Amino acid sequence: MDNPAARAIVRPMTQDTDLLITGGGLNGAALALAAARAGLTATVIDAAPLPAHRDPDFDGRSYALALGSVRMLKRLGLWEGLADHAQAMSEIRVSDGRVGVAEAVLGLDFQSAEIEEGPMGQMVEDRYLRRVLLDALAGSDRVTHLPGRKVVSQATEGARARVTLDDGTALSGRLLVGADGKRSGTAQRARIRRTGWRYGQTGLVCAIAHEKPHEGVAHQLFLPAGPLAILPLTGNRSSIVWSEREAQAAAVQALPDADYLTVLRPRFGDFLGDISLAGARYAYPLELSLANAFVADRLALVGDAAHAMHPIAGQGLNAGLRDVAALAHVLAEARQRGEDIGARDVLGRYQSWRRFDVATLAAATDVFNRLFSSDNPLLRAGRDLGMKLVQAFPEARRGFVREAAGLTGELPELMRG
Amino acid sequence: MTVTVDPAEIAKFEAMAAEWWDPEGKFKPLHMLQPCRLDYITTQIAGEFDRDLSGEAPFAGLRIVDIGCGGGLLCEPMARLGAEVVGVDAAAGNIPVAQTHAAQSGLEIDYRHTTAEALAEAGEGFDVVLNMEVVEHVSDPLAYLSACRALLNPGGLHLCSTINRNAKSFGMAIVGAEYVMRWLPKGTHEWSKFITPDELYELLSKAGLEPVDRKGFVFNPVTWGWKISDRDLSVNYVTAALAPRA
Repeated sequence: MDNPAARAIVRPMTQDTDLLITGGGLNGAALALAAARAGLTATVIDAAPLPAHRDPDFDGRSYALALGSVRMLKRLGLWEGLADHAQAMSEIRVSDGRVGVAEAVLGLDFQSAEIEEGPMGQMVEDRYLRRVLLDALAGSDRVTHLPGRKVVSQATEGARARVTLDDGTALSGRLLVGADGKRSGTAQRARIRRTGWRYGQTGLVCAIAHEKPHEGVAHQLFLPAGPLAILPLTGNRSSIVWSEREAQAAAVQALPDADYLTVLRPRFGDFLGDISLAGARYAYPLELSLANAFVADRLALVGDAAHAMHPIAGQGLNAGLRDVAALAHVLAEARQRGEDIGARDVLGRYQSWRRFDVATLAAATDVFNRLFSSDNPLLRAGRDLGMKLVQAFPEARRGFVREAAGLTGELPELMRG
Repeated sequence: MTVTVDPAEIAKFEAMAAEWWDPEGKFKPLHMLQPCRLDYITTQIAGEFDRDLSGEAPFAGLRIVDIGCGGGLLCEPMARLGAEVVGVDAAAGNIPVAQTHAAQSGLEIDYRHTTAEALAEAGEGFDVVLNMEVVEHVSDPLAYLSACRALLNPGGLHLCSTINRNAKSFGMAIVGAEYVMRWLPKGTHEWSKFITPDELYELLSKAGLEPVDRKGFVFNPVTWGWKISDRDLSVNYVTAALAPRA
C-alpha cells in the first residue's frame, strides 16, 4: 500500500459528514457513536495518535460512571465489552475527618438499595473504556476517525462548517463540535470566552492495592485541606482522588513512592489493611472553567470544552456524557423533522437544556468544596448538623443518591431507563 | 431556475433570507412553533405513507406542495427528508428569497410565484398539500380548500393549521402576539376570519376531503415553547384530511 492513489481507492477519504468532531477523547468518541446511532455521519479529528498497544498496562486512571452514563454506554452497545472490567458501587459513605484522627465518625451513608434502579455507579479503568470506544469507532461505517491530526483553521460558509487540518486536508460538515478539552482550540477559534478560577488546590490521583476487600463501598472523606475520595476498582484495588493545597500537593507529588504512601496512610486510614501503589500518580490543578456560550454559528461545545469542573463529586466525565446524550437527542429529533442540524434554533435547544444543569452543578460543587475544605469550627459544626439532618431523612438521602447516579433533571433518551 | 444576476438584488435577497431564517428575528413566532408543527407534519406523512422517519430520505418518492411557502421554512425540511417539493407563494418577493436560501442549504426546491387555484388549473398533482397558517387570510375559504383538494392525488394528505375563533384566541393571537409581544405586525390577523375546528371540518368535507385528525398547538409560557395537545384546540390547531382513493 505504498501508492497513495491505490490507498485512496481502497479507503476513500470522506470529505463531508454531518458532524465534524474535534477531540477524540471519551466525549468526542461517544458523540460520534451516538450520532451514528441516530443515522448521522461523523468525522472525529483527534490530535492524539492511536495508542501504541491494544492492551496497555493499568496507568492508574479510572472513572466513576454514574448510572445514567452506564445506561448510555449500554444503549451504544459498549457495555458488553466493559462489564467484566467494571466494579459496581453499591454504597457511598461520606464523612468528615481530620488527619490523624482515627476512624472518623461516618456522618452520611448513601446506599443503592434506596433507589430502585440498581447500583448508583460503576468504576471502570480508562484503558478499557478508551479501547471499547476506539474499537466501536473503527467498527462504525458512519464514523471516520482521524487520529494524530490537528485542526489549523475553521470557518463557516453557508450551511457548512469547514476545517483545515495540519496536513492540508479540508473537511466540511453541517455542525462542528468541540470536544477538545478545557483549553479547547475550537472554542478559542470561535472567540468564545471563558469564565473561571483556580481553587489553589491540586487533585492527586492514583490507584492503590489494599489487603482487605472494599465490598463495593465508595468513601468520600472531607479533610481540612480538601476532599479525599476512595473509589472501589475490581479486585482489592481502589482509586484515590486526593485534594491538597497547591504547594503541599506539589511537595507530595515530588516524593518517591514510599514517602508518598507514608503521607497518604494517615489520611486513608487502615480499614482496608496495608496499601501499596497500583499504577502511576497524577496531579491535576483544580479549576472551574465555563465557556460563556456552549454554541455559536454551526458550532457546539461538549465536555470540558464547555465546562471544566472541580472533580469533587466525580462529575466531570458524567457531565460530559450528559452533554453528549443531550446533543445527540436534539440532533436526532432535528434530523427526523428534516431540520438543518447546524441551524441556530436547533443548537439553541441544546444550549438551553445543558447550560442551566451545568451552572447549577458547578455552583453546587463549588459551594460544597468551600464548605468542606475548611477547618473553621463554625462551618464544621454547621455541616455536621447538615449531614445528620440528611442522614435522618430518607427522602433527602434518596435525592442525593439519585443526583449522584445522574438521574435528576430531564433525561436525554440515551440515559433513560 | 435561475436567480436574477443583479448583485444588489442578490444581496437584498440574502438579507431577507437571513431575516426569514433568524430564530430571534421578525419571524420568531414561526421558529418557535416550528419543532411542534414539523413533528405533526412528519408524523402524519410517515403514518399515512408508511415511512420510517429514522431511515435515510424517508419521504423519497413523495411529491409535496407548500402553499404560502414564505422563506421556505417548511419546504426545506421536506426536501431534506427526500421529498420532491414545490413551494408556492402569492407574494412574488418571497420566491427569490426562498430560492437564495435553498441554494445556500444545498437543496433543490421548485419555488413558484403562483396560487393554489392556478396550480390546480394547470393540472399538477401532489401526495401531500401543506396548508399551514393560510386559510385564515383568504377571502373565500371553501373555494380555496376546493383548489387544495384538486391538487391532491387520490388518497393524498391535506394538512391545514389555523387559529380558532373565540375570546381566548382573540386575546392570544391578536392582543398578545400583535400588540403586547409585537411578534406579528399589527393587522396581520382579522379575528372575524378565524375558523373554529368544527367549521373547518365542515369546510374540508364540503371541499371533498375526509377529515381524519385534529390537534392543538399549545403555547406554554413557563417553558416558553409549544407542544401538541389532543384536547386543547382553543387557539392554534391543525387538521389532517384525506382525498378519496380513486
